[in-house]
Amino acid sequence: MWTFFHKLASPPHFYRLARALTPWFSVPGYLLIAYGTFAGLFLAPPDYQQGDAYRIIYVHVPAAYLSMMAYMVMAIAGGIGLVWRMKLAHAVAASAAPIGASFTFLALLTGSVWGRPMWGTWWEWGDPRLMSELILLFLYFGYMALRSAIDDTAKADKASAVLAVVGAVNVPVIHYSVEWWSSLHQGPTLVREGGPAMDTAMLYPLLAMILGFTLVFASLLLRRVRAEVLHRERRTRWVREMVLSPDGKL
Amino acid sequence: MMEKLSMGAYGGYVWSCYAIALLVVVVNEWRARRRQRVEYRDAEVLVKAIEEKR
Repeated sequence: MWTFFHKLASPPHFYRLARALTPWFSVPGYLLIAYGTFAGLFLAPPDYQQGDAYRIIYVHVPAAYLSMMAYMVMAIAGGIGLVWRMKLAHAVAASAAPIGASFTFLALLTGSVWGRPMWGTWWEWGDPRLMSELILLFLYFGYMALRSAIDDTAKADKASAVLAVVGAVNVPVIHYSVEWWSSLHQGPTLVREGGPAMDTAMLYPLLAMILGFTLVFASLLLRRVRAEVLHRERRTRWVREMVLSPDGKL
Repeated sequence: MMEKLSMGAYGGYVWSCYAIALLVVVVNEWRARRRQRVEYRDAEVLVKAIEEKR
């Protein structure tokens, strides 16, 4: 087990493994998104209360879920980097941030567009779910700003990892905000006692979108980590050998 | 067909969300690939400069 982790943490090994794995995540990911989009827009029946407006959930829910998952990846990788001083873990954390920020932005924007016809407002200051998700976006921005403000990579890794780990407390707050406090946002629909509160014709496209977004996130993360590893290791022997080799591919 | 595309009275809301989602995914994919190309090219330039010095 430990041998596997040690081998995985080796930059050249990870670089090659990530290159081989990326299409195995991206191709099924995009196929699932294509199916989920078509089924969500045209095959799933309209909601009896929200009509066709509910179809926004097929992009909003996966984006909101990814916004939290990407943060947890960033915080856990940052924590591993801090405790075990693993440079690859810091590379993973740094690479997850821009992807997570973009999906948080998407979740906030699609939620706002959904809120206009359903709640009668684009935004509600003081709503716990909306505000905790907005704080998540600011945490991502803070993390990236902190990294870019420190020239020394090792120092930037440490400082940003501390911020990521501390900020992780916001993730359960986002998740449980609709149960702990009164919120305009509806309660849990998928993960709840008694199973999902959705008809299967609506549920399957949503599950396809969630899985598709997750796989695409994994492929994007692998690509970004490879770029980050290349940047950090550009003066090492294995990068030199790879670049000079006749089959030295991206 | 037009009725389906209009999504009741919510066509503008629904389609704009899907358009933004498509944009976010495309930009993410493009930026990840671009960063990878740039870093590889930088590594190539650095390695070749070191080789020429030798």
